[in-house]
Amino acid sequence: MSDFKHIIAKRKRQDFLFNIVGILCTLVGILTLGALLADLLIDGLVRINWTFLTSFPSRFAERAGILSSWVGTLLIMIVTAATAVPLGVAAGIYLEEYARRNWVTNLIEINIANLAGVPSIIYGLMALSLLVYQFRLGQSVLTGGLTLAFLILPIVIVATREALRTIPQGIREAAYALGSTKWQVVRHHLLPYSLGGTMTGIIIALSRAIGETAPLITIGALTFIAFLPPPPIKGQAPFVSFEWLTSPFSVLPIQMFNWVSRPDQDFVVNAAGAGLVLIFVTLLLNAIAIAIRYRVRKRIKW
Amino acid sequence: MLPGWNASRLTASLAIVCLTLLSFACGGDGGTGSGNETTVIKVDGSSTVFPITEAVAEEFQRSGKVKVTVGISGTGGGFKKFVRGEIDVADASRPILAEEMSQAKANGIEFIELPVAFDALTVVVNNQNDWLMSITVADLKKIWEPGAQGKITHWNHVRPEWPNEKIALFGAGADSGTFDYFTEAIVGKAKSSRGDYTASEDDNVLVQGVEGNKYALGYVPYAYYAPHSKRMKALAIEWEKAKVPGAVLPSPENVLAGTYNPLSRPLFIYVSRKSMDKPAVKEFVEFYLKNVKTLAAEVKYVPLSETAYQMATQRLASMQTGSGFGGVPEVGLPVEEILKRTPKT
Repeated sequence: MSDFKHIIAKRKRQDFLFNIVGILCTLVGILTLGALLADLLIDGLVRINWTFLTSFPSRFAERAGILSSWVGTLLIMIVTAATAVPLGVAAGIYLEEYARRNWVTNLIEINIANLAGVPSIIYGLMALSLLVYQFRLGQSVLTGGLTLAFLILPIVIVATREALRTIPQGIREAAYALGSTKWQVVRHHLLPYSLGGTMTGIIIALSRAIGETAPLITIGALTFIAFLPPPPIKGQAPFVSFEWLTSPFSVLPIQMFNWVSRPDQDFVVNAAGAGLVLIFVTLLLNAIAIAIRYRVRKRIKW
Repeated sequence: MLPGWNASRLTASLAIVCLTLLSFACGGDGGTGSGNETTVIKVDGSSTVFPITEAVAEEFQRSGKVKVTVGISGTGGGFKKFVRGEIDVADASRPILAEEMSQAKANGIEFIELPVAFDALTVVVNNQNDWLMSITVADLKKIWEPGAQGKITHWNHVRPEWPNEKIALFGAGADSGTFDYFTEAIVGKAKSSRGDYTASEDDNVLVQGVEGNKYALGYVPYAYYAPHSKRMKALAIEWEKAKVPGAVLPSPENVLAGTYNPLSRPLFIYVSRKSMDKPAVKEFVEFYLKNVKTLAAEVKYVPLSETAYQMATQRLASMQTGSGFGGVPEVGLPVEEILKRTPKT
């Protein structure tokens, strides 16, 4: 009997030990992020003000701002989302609902899984030779947005498929039983029910894209740019202009990189400020993802 | 179950997204069509010249409506774009090489070479380094030449009286003009260097490296040394071929006087002859030469002499194309001397 108790006590000790190790492992991540945030806040908070957000870069640290880079980031994200979301969601739906199981589909699936693991700089090199030189799109917002769209496309596809898989087979069968076509099933049932998962995947993918620097440097995103792309809405007909797509651009991470590598140490404060803005935008995107997931999940009952 | 409006809203947003996608093609065409109305002047190249060009571009855009973009691809990367005709102006921290000149010729690109300011490559050591105040070019060569790799690993391998400690070397990355110039000036052949050192295109990395190691030695552009002069020590350079013997410290005065040799170097911009036909580019380059003296000093570079700027302005006005070096790098040349030569194409 005492032997038995002894063994139980030993097992409980092991359990406790693993608990501690687990907590420590979790803390490493959280503390690192906390320290990073605190460091950025201490360095950068003094620089965050209206002028910082509405000024162009300058050779004087105190005059320099992030206007052209945050506008660039925003425009790039619009192009990326507008390309990657319809393509990725459509591809995900096709692969999950329409495609027959054969070797072609298998090949496509293996390739998508592999693409998700390709380093981002490779996408940059691909975009440089294909988009910049072959298609002659130049170092434009369009090129940058498409490059990042390629980068996150596999993530969007995988997220869409995962979301579709969580929908019980019974829903599809019930809809078919009522005489729905495949498209009607997708359009009225699968798309709305998978919205939560898909949107979460899309937003996580976008928040990855927003911090990417390497592929954009490869295609030649510029570092000093003191003007904004032409506005998309015009005073006279046809009122909408897509000229901004061909405009050169800079983005927040590249602006940070530039400031950190300057001789004058005052610019490091600016880089911290830009970093804070970037982290804030990323956290905001993640918060939106969580909110959407929560709302959609709450409403779905089957 | 989900209410129906959600699904229809999703379709609507999908439709909008697809419409946007469709209009990309039209957007692209419209852009190139109307892109000629507003000129964008494209500058790219050396990270060492970047602060100067950035300052000029900032001031230039304050006065007019012309747009200027300045990139950092390194001197070599900038020339690659320049000889393909992708950019209007190349920033360079070394003269154009013969290979690059022949590529330019093959693509029908003619260029005007204009020196804009000085930089002094500064050899730096840790503040606690108590055995060095100056160093000879011969000793630097002993440390940096390719043959030193794996052999000269300790300070006393260079000179027996120096400490028996491992040298930590910090230098420029291979795509930078700084690397090309330093190797040319010290080893005697551009791009010929030992490989076992910490190389970085980001000079702040080198500054931190030298600051953190008592037995470190590195080289950085003067603009990176000047703001950190308290954190590390610059060495005076003793050149055997100098006209006046003795060690010379890097300083704006010594650079301008032409005594800090062979590590003081002129920085250049290369302007495409074809781009000069655009009034905006012409205006920009003229503005550059007129204001670079004040602006270079503002960003901690050493301006050229008044005569040199006048000669450069004349060269620009007469559209003299070609390089004063003819593709062969030389060190320790006064800028006036370079400008006096008839440039070779």
